[in-house]
Amino acid sequence: MITLDFLINAISLGSTYALLALGMVIVYGILKLVNFAYGELIMITGYSLFVVALGPHLPWIIMAVLAVGVAVLTSYLTERVAFRPVRSNSLTAMLITSFAVSTLLQNAALLIISPRARGVPLPDVFSESAVIWGQSVPIRSLLAIVTSLLLLGLLVLLLRRTVLGIALRAASDNFRMTRMLGVPANLVISVAFAISGLLAGVVGLFWVGRTASVTPTIGAAPLLVAFVATVIGGMRSLLGAVVGGYIYGIVFSLIGVLLPQGLLEFREAFMFLIVILILLFRPEGLIRGVNSSRRV
Amino acid sequence: MMHMKPLPWFSRNSTFFVLAAPLLLISLVTFLIGDLLIERIVTVLFIDVILVLALQVFMGNSGILSFAVAGFMGIGAYSSVLFSMTPAAKAAALPDLYSFLTQIQLPFLVSLLIGGLIAALVAAIVAYPLMRLSDAAGVITIFSLLVIINVVLVHWSALTNGPRTLFGVDRFTYLGTTTVFCVIFLAVAWWFKESSTGLKLRASRDDAFAAASIGINIVMMRYLAFVLSAFMAGFAGGLWAHFITSFSPYAFYLSAMFVFLAMLVIGGPNGISGAVVGTVLVTLLREGLRSIENNVNMSKILPSGLVGFTEIVMAVLLIVILILRPAGIMGGRELRWPKDV
Repeated sequence: MITLDFLINAISLGSTYALLALGMVIVYGILKLVNFAYGELIMITGYSLFVVALGPHLPWIIMAVLAVGVAVLTSYLTERVAFRPVRSNSLTAMLITSFAVSTLLQNAALLIISPRARGVPLPDVFSESAVIWGQSVPIRSLLAIVTSLLLLGLLVLLLRRTVLGIALRAASDNFRMTRMLGVPANLVISVAFAISGLLAGVVGLFWVGRTASVTPTIGAAPLLVAFVATVIGGMRSLLGAVVGGYIYGIVFSLIGVLLPQGLLEFREAFMFLIVILILLFRPEGLIRGVNSSRRV
Repeated sequence: MMHMKPLPWFSRNSTFFVLAAPLLLISLVTFLIGDLLIERIVTVLFIDVILVLALQVFMGNSGILSFAVAGFMGIGAYSSVLFSMTPAAKAAALPDLYSFLTQIQLPFLVSLLIGGLIAALVAAIVAYPLMRLSDAAGVITIFSLLVIINVVLVHWSALTNGPRTLFGVDRFTYLGTTTVFCVIFLAVAWWFKESSTGLKLRASRDDAFAAASIGINIVMMRYLAFVLSAFMAGFAGGLWAHFITSFSPYAFYLSAMFVFLAMLVIGGPNGISGAVVGTVLVTLLREGLRSIENNVNMSKILPSGLVGFTEIVMAVLLIVILILRPAGIMGGRELRWPKDV
């Protein structure tokens, strides 16, 4: 049955996925880099929350801002240290680099903290429920929706109303042309990675909020989500990423209700089958970007 | 007019001999030393060489990053043990196994071949349309294939015992077995690279449009390489399964793939020399790092132990190689003898 709490949960999942996909596409659009280290930013957010909570007692919102800040910084640093030097090499070199960065960060968490799960502090509202029209709805889901919409709104303002935003959009349409027009490439790429880190960091807060814990491998699931959502929406368009994220969240919730129990455990395989089919038959995704990728 | 004399057969194929000779020597020395630990390391080294050659056959010649090798290795591992295990071991380890499989028991080599063929068959069925894609879309589709294979291995409990470890496989793989197959597949990878198909594929890697314009069917060339790569990976998976004797689906996923990629990329993906040199060097490095890790853990210098240290050093090395020497240590060349031909 489609009930109100089902709807709200599906939309909240979709909002989270939309942010995830957007963070991936904002880098892909400019560098054509499928960033395998993207999921690790969520892990970093979780561990930052864990570490900050060890120190003096702070209000949760301050801790959250600090954790997201660490994710932004990490995203910026991976670009500065690892991706920038290989940028002029082949696309494959950049992909392998991102895979190496992902392995590096995961194992750093293993080495420095622990292979075991660590608890993260959460505010009380994360575990409370509100009653709307007689149905109990987790406040966490409502918060995810509101935060996502706010963040999306701010990003739209940035992208449409500021010079930096226009440069970013121009770079993701045609990077070479944008550079020729005098936009500094390094600045645009750094900003794209910082925004990517910001989005991953905010998603990270809600992601670790589900289980109130963080493990070194927590980044794998959101990475796969970002892949699927960006492919559904179209890897060349920022709007497509958002649409893809919402569609994925809602379809995934629906499959959870509609698929018989025996097939439910193969749910992930079905989602990736959809990815392959979309890439084959409509590689530009649902929302067509400016330059659709070439095929043989 | 000057006539170019075609090179003699040996000179044309000297790369194979230059690479096979030291591998055989390593095997011989290991046999003579007779140390159990060294023998285990060298046995795995030879299996890894086959897997990295499988990766090279597709990725090196086509230029498309492939994550699927680990998945095909898993398919080969599970399919081969389903045919080699004794009915009693199957009854104990896989209680829900389909009845037509419970009584079958085939010789080890036949099982290995079946493992390779099933992996190749899966690749042959699914891969043709995927070969149209390259670059990011190609990487994501092949990555999706790995995820799907892994999900199926983890959840098809009747055949794989699910996410749990599968026990009861007899050990059939020894140093001699892997030496023989390593040299055979070295020849196969070399032959493929130098074959007409391999040459056309390499042309398409260097310039897809120019290759297509002279009538090369790029999708078909990629497809053939992908299926051969899957067969080699499946076969090596069977060898590995009968060496390690108990394993779970997670052995055939991203962390394994990271090691194979590191080996190939550090050595140099464009040739079989790079695949062999990279595998040997990375194995030496990993064993060195692992012994450091073990010593630190045993001596309890660090309260929490030194977990993940090996992977961190490997990842850093991989990034440094990609920055400083993107074509790998071999730089895209093959070892030859004599050098000037």
